[in-house]
Amino acid sequence: MALTNEIVKKRLTDKFGESLTEWEEQYGLLTCTMPADINMQVLQFLHDDDELAFRFMTDLTGVHYPDRKGEELCVVYHMYNMVAGFRIRLKAYVPVEQPDIQSSVELFSAANWMERETYDFFGVNFVGHPDLRRILNVDEMEHFPMRKEFPMEDPTRTDKDDEMFGRGDAF
Amino acid sequence: MSEQEHQNIQLADEAINKQTTTLNLGPTHPATHGIFENILEIDGERVYSAKQTCGYIHRAFEKIAERRPYYQVTPLTDRLNYCSAPINNMGWHMTIEKLLGIKTPKRVDYMRVLVMELARIADHLICNSVVGVDTGALTAFTYVFQWRELIYEIYEEICGSRLTTNMGRVGGFERNFTDVAWQKIDKFIEGFPAVMKEFEDLLTRNRIFMDRCIGAGPISAERALNYGFTGPNLRAAGVDYDVRVAHPYSSYEDFDFKIPTGTTGDVYDRYLVRNIEIWESLSIVKQAVEKIQQLEKDDPTQKDVFYAEEADKYHLPPKEDVYTKMEALIYHFKMVMGEIDVLPGEVYHSVEGANGELGFYLISDGGRCAYRLHFRRPCFIYYQAFPEIIQGGLLSDAIIALSSLNVIAGELDA
Repeated sequence: MALTNEIVKKRLTDKFGESLTEWEEQYGLLTCTMPADINMQVLQFLHDDDELAFRFMTDLTGVHYPDRKGEELCVVYHMYNMVAGFRIRLKAYVPVEQPDIQSSVELFSAANWMERETYDFFGVNFVGHPDLRRILNVDEMEHFPMRKEFPMEDPTRTDKDDEMFGRGDAF
Repeated sequence: MSEQEHQNIQLADEAINKQTTTLNLGPTHPATHGIFENILEIDGERVYSAKQTCGYIHRAFEKIAERRPYYQVTPLTDRLNYCSAPINNMGWHMTIEKLLGIKTPKRVDYMRVLVMELARIADHLICNSVVGVDTGALTAFTYVFQWRELIYEIYEEICGSRLTTNMGRVGGFERNFTDVAWQKIDKFIEGFPAVMKEFEDLLTRNRIFMDRCIGAGPISAERALNYGFTGPNLRAAGVDYDVRVAHPYSSYEDFDFKIPTGTTGDVYDRYLVRNIEIWESLSIVKQAVEKIQQLEKDDPTQKDVFYAEEADKYHLPPKEDVYTKMEALIYHFKMVMGEIDVLPGEVYHSVEGANGELGFYLISDGGRCAYRLHFRRPCFIYYQAFPEIIQGGLLSDAIIALSSLNVIAGELDA
């Protein structure tokens, strides 16, 4: 049976009720936000359920929203049901002061490096990850470079006016 | 330190007492075809455990992309999987088109398919012939490279560059294919099958090659899925997932082609799957040429269609117009300065890259650049499985397993 956004949404709301919020269907891709502390329950439910069967982790990454106070860092999961050819996107927000979220490595081996990458660039702390180290940047780095406050250019430079290039003052 | 002591290398006790040998394979090793560091623990010639490191050529593309107008991101995508750069370019353009809701004309779709399949052939040719090199057969490699060269000449005719192509624009191509390009495509279609046949004759049933490859570096379908494998490596393990079929883009639904699968997921299966895919890609290239010719026959004005009219705002005007027409000059300036805003939105688009599902996760906040752009790089995800794949095998199997996985350093490190 083909999955549709309605079916998946209904199954998820039946199971998790009001805790899943911010339902969206941008460009047809069902998206919702889950509380960071139940991320593994949701992923496990999606994985184990025979109808939903989201057993392939397509992508895991992070986004930094400095304006969302108290939930600055967003972890984005793209889950895929390979039999039905159906994709959903799940988001979990964590505060930048204490960015803890459960690791999904036990369920998906693919998550190992993607979580390391997200840690490396955003500083999200994946609790229960077997080997949470930096992966692409040097081990001695002190920053989390994909956070918005980390400037692309050397901020002490005076010869280049950012107003005219890139995003200007945006960050 | 006395002279006697100085001549002896100081080793820690655990290094002397342990039963295995530590071997650094890479970061710069002639057999790893790129900057891959693997620290292997070997027992005689058996690989006991492996630890891989990546990041040696990390260039922070995702960060750079947050400061570049959209069209300036295209050259960054070139440098992901540089063996098949046009696929990355097209994938990126299609992501923006999806965000903007631009529908490209059929002829553009077919031209893109044509170029992408040529790129796939080039990529698979490198990968398979390099498996040959690593098993000691250099002939096939040098032989097929003449034909990869012809593919590069076709790129050159289309966009002016060879390896890092920066091909196409949002909505289509920067210019129409030249007559020379069409001639070269015809030459390729005519001449390549015989070469490919000979390539297969050299390796596929070659006793030495088979003995080296069969059973080397296998992975089960279940593990492959759990590790997030995509592309030929997943198909070699027996799962028929192909983005071109599962989520057709660029009018792939109009084409007739097969998805080959293997059973054991070992080096030999990966080799066979890639070979069959080359034949399928060649058939798609032929179909694309026929379809374009049919379009032109039905409607001669189609000959000049190489980008979507509605993408006018995002498509750099032809150079001769820029120098002679006011409007074109203004548009050119606005686009180059990145003054064309894009709607806010969040989009995930994936294409079947030569080594797996290449995904673009783009968040736009309406500004001139992406708020966040993430590349789902297939190599980065499946290279994690490397220690598991080579464990218990011979050291020489590890080398061919690495080359047959088609791990491209540029894509691994982004």
